[in-house]
Amino acid sequence: MITDDKRVRIITGHYGSGKTEFAVNYSTMLVELSDRKVALADMDIVNVYFRSREVRDKITAAGIRMIDSSVNTSADLPAVPAEAFAPFEDKSYDYIIDLGGNDVGTNVLGRYKKFIRPEETDFFMVVNVFRPDTMNVEKILNVKEKLEYSSGLKVTGFVNNSNLVRETNAESVLFGDEILSEASRITGIPIKYTTYVEEVVLDMTPEIKANLSGEVIPMRYFMRETWM
Amino acid sequence: MAKIIMKGNEAVAKAAIIAGCRYFFGYPITPQNEVPEYLSRELFAAGGTFVQAESEVAAINMVYGAGGSGARVMTSSSSPGIALKQEGIGYCVAGEVPCVIVSMMRGGPGLGTIQPSQSDYNQATRGGANGDYHIPVLAPGSVQEAVDDVKEAFEIADCYRTPVIVVADGLIGQMMEPVELENPVKTRDISPKEAWALGYGTREKQNSIENLVIDSPACEAKNIRFFKEKYSEIEENEVKYEEYMMDDAEYAFVAYGTTSRIVKNSVNELREKGYKIGLIKPRTLWPFPQVPFKNKNIKKFVVVEMSMGQMVIDVELAVGDRDKVTFYGRCGGIIPTPEECADYAEKVMGGAK
Repeated sequence: MITDDKRVRIITGHYGSGKTEFAVNYSTMLVELSDRKVALADMDIVNVYFRSREVRDKITAAGIRMIDSSVNTSADLPAVPAEAFAPFEDKSYDYIIDLGGNDVGTNVLGRYKKFIRPEETDFFMVVNVFRPDTMNVEKILNVKEKLEYSSGLKVTGFVNNSNLVRETNAESVLFGDEILSEASRITGIPIKYTTYVEEVVLDMTPEIKANLSGEVIPMRYFMRETWM
Repeated sequence: MAKIIMKGNEAVAKAAIIAGCRYFFGYPITPQNEVPEYLSRELFAAGGTFVQAESEVAAINMVYGAGGSGARVMTSSSSPGIALKQEGIGYCVAGEVPCVIVSMMRGGPGLGTIQPSQSDYNQATRGGANGDYHIPVLAPGSVQEAVDDVKEAFEIADCYRTPVIVVADGLIGQMMEPVELENPVKTRDISPKEAWALGYGTREKQNSIENLVIDSPACEAKNIRFFKEKYSEIEENEVKYEEYMMDDAEYAFVAYGTTSRIVKNSVNELREKGYKIGLIKPRTLWPFPQVPFKNKNIKKFVVVEMSMGQMVIDVELAVGDRDKVTFYGRCGGIIPTPEECADYAEKVMGGAK
């Protein structure tokens, strides 16, 4: 259950793995399932398009405290507000942090080093095996090591977010499961979640879900318009 | 090869490598930074050379050198960066230097915004270089089309010895989509390098890339050759467009790039309401398609762009009747929704089904 994860969840991964879509879906699910307050921080200082702040209104409407750039603009300003400290210290919050992609995306965490306590922090690595840099076990492990090295944190769970956007089917999700399971076996890091977008993966069945690793999370698109 | 997920800019860069491009000269600017970023890493691994030049002006002149030496070479930039390259692009035209220029458009004028736009249609099709010239302009509307267009751009450049521009809005560069990198594209006869490229000549007949034409008659003759031979041949062979729901259409949206995708949804929405409307999607902006606009069944052509209406004049010229052409657009980095485009078209159609 997503309510059982540690209080602070940091979402990392290779860029283009689907961190933001997962973080936004996860946050909106969590606020539904939990009585606790939920905050989502957009700490993406790498991308300029497709950041969670673009759907700020929807996130806020769901009852989530949205923390994003202190410079309220679509400009290329890598600013993180002082407010981002608050949910680290205010334990009444469940805190989800959506990082930018790759090891460079984790650099922003340096500022919060003394506030991040491993015992209350999950560091989830989102993987899409259809991205060239995470398409096999060796590459996934390479990215994982880079993320751990640059952040100083250990990955506590994988998220299988393998997809081909609107061309995804159940087979694509299973294919991702197969590769990521091997990475999981080698590292001992569990696959905590497997995701799929309900409106896209029409051939998903309870039998297939039973064969997928971790908790299976049906998602919806927040970041993609209908024509994308 | 199976499909993979790539960001538009990465895919453009990878497509260039697949097309045999081994030289890239550029300068960073959002929203196309992943092109040089990717190539700075991958081009070397492919045995090529990547240089982050000191400016866009330097980069395009490096392109002039590499292209003039017969190499497949590319540069990329965005709006004000392409503006800086204009003089060099004109020199590539005059020197008949094959090269590919990728333009990922953002809001302008000037520094503008970093969000997507299509307000460099005129910059690409009319250009800011001096003299009489045309440049083939390819306009992809998806990451897959961007991959295919970049590969084809190298073919066109080498066939006609001309710069080719691939123009897309920043969204195509930033979007993640499934792509098939090995999609075959139409190959063309390559202009033999022995006849023109630096270093490919003989001691008796050395090749040179020239811009200055001392004689006025010779300069005029060169211009006439460009238009009578090169450009007319390109107009004959390289026009590309797509049509959607046009068979029984009485109205037509006209859109390229990202807006063509948005408007496709508008077409579907309006078709459900019973409107006979379709979409004409130019895939080349120069040469601009003429044939789909000769369709006498169309009462109004509704041009949609992320600009103040730059393609409108080409549509008017193709239709030959200005009264039949109308325009809806957003600009400065604002992306229109399918609903607002449909609403506009519905007003144009006056509720007539």
